[in-house]
Amino acid sequence: MGGLSSCFVLLILLLLIADLSFTSTDEFLTALRKPEIQSAFRLTLGTCTAAAVLSVWVATPLGYLLSRFRFPGRRLIDTLVDIPVILPPLVLGLSLLILFHQPFPFSGLFADAPVQTAAEKAAGLQQKPGWILDDWLRKTVGFPVTYRWPAVVLAQFAVACAFAVRTMKVTFDQINPRAEDVARTLGCSRGEAFLQVALPQASRGMIAAGTIAWARALGEFGPILVFAGATRFRTEVLSTTVFLELSVGQLDAAVAVSLLMVAMAVFVLLILRWLGADLSS
Amino acid sequence: MIEASAISIQAGQYELRRISFRIESGQYAVMMGRTGIGKTTILEAICGLRKVHSGIIRINGQDVTRWTPAERQLGYMPQDLALFPTMTVRRNIEFSLRVRRQPEVQRKRRVEELAGLLRIEHLLERSTEALSGGEAQRVALARALAGTQTAILLDEPISALDRQTRQESQQLLKEINRQTGVTFLHVTHNEEEADALADVRLLLEQDSQTGLIGIREA
Repeated sequence: MGGLSSCFVLLILLLLIADLSFTSTDEFLTALRKPEIQSAFRLTLGTCTAAAVLSVWVATPLGYLLSRFRFPGRRLIDTLVDIPVILPPLVLGLSLLILFHQPFPFSGLFADAPVQTAAEKAAGLQQKPGWILDDWLRKTVGFPVTYRWPAVVLAQFAVACAFAVRTMKVTFDQINPRAEDVARTLGCSRGEAFLQVALPQASRGMIAAGTIAWARALGEFGPILVFAGATRFRTEVLSTTVFLELSVGQLDAAVAVSLLMVAMAVFVLLILRWLGADLSS
Repeated sequence: MIEASAISIQAGQYELRRISFRIESGQYAVMMGRTGIGKTTILEAICGLRKVHSGIIRINGQDVTRWTPAERQLGYMPQDLALFPTMTVRRNIEFSLRVRRQPEVQRKRRVEELAGLLRIEHLLERSTEALSGGEAQRVALARALAGTQTAILLDEPISALDRQTRQESQQLLKEINRQTGVTFLHVTHNEEEADALADVRLLLEQDSQTGLIGIREA
């Protein structure tokens, strides 16, 4: 039993050693100096942070709702929230693409014939008449999503938020709801009791949820590739950089970026461990 | 004065039907009954945390049945005390005064008055996590008293304390009841506690034949 467990630890260690021994410091630094990789690094930091902030923002009230209230459809919502976790990443990306480009049901009755964009042609999407979310965002709001950086954030958010909701629900499960009841007898509304009593107690859970969401967003690849594409200097993040560098035979650069991602992941895991130790004490 | 007239409450598997009792202003009432019979449920219904399906709850003669817990302005002290762990003792006690936007001078005066009454002046700047059982119980009582001029509902507040601290707490509770004139409704299943505290005893019991839960003055 112990031998089997140590085999797994050994495997992880060997993987890291193999990566480290594959590239020299010079090769590593040369790869990281490439403008396209630096651009991907900046976009990764920005989109992961945006996805993590959005995730915590959505997961905090949703986690609270699922933890504290019993209402019709609660089990269904609880299950729906977990779907992005179990869905194959490519399917999630494809679903996002269809959501943004599929005419909404019955909207075709009131809409003009659509004009197909180059991106849609490239993706092989044939438009039917009707109200289309991406068209509306592009023409009315002036904020196109598909194959642009917002698509990266959305693809990362779709998965990261599911993990954040789970974390926040567990956080609120561990907080004594009696304190909120007492706060209500002391003059608070339900909302005030949440903000003044439950939320301050959940602060460490929120940091943990944000960190987990950030780490998940960092590793996201499939949905980004399908929904945002992998265009250099535009929608390329570190996970897609590894894929692009590999596809052009630049193994050194791919390994360098992989090591950078490992370093970022280790940093995030250390924060999580520190938070976990603090919470348990 | 607290009055329940034929209140019915659905609580999970069981139901409390047509429960009626009356506690006069300033009285110290002790409610007793076996574990799981619904004592906590009744307390929650009186302070507005649990919905009453029928019947009327009156506080000082006013029908408060549909009022929110905040509107009822009753002090509630649950069994686990539920102190706010992210706040100091002072912030716990002045919580209701802050929520009701009382000026700082009044808040400070009231906190010091209550701290003096409960002999916890030395604890005011401490974290609630650094308190002993007896100290935490006094802080919770001060917090409940700060939020009400009318009545305090206590759910087995001293059952977890050791014998000596429990006896001290009993004396303190009775003393505060006399000094403040606030009505107390105290839930316990400890006979000794009831003997020491009760002006009036309410006994919650289940009819062996009908299975219905009723309340009577004992």
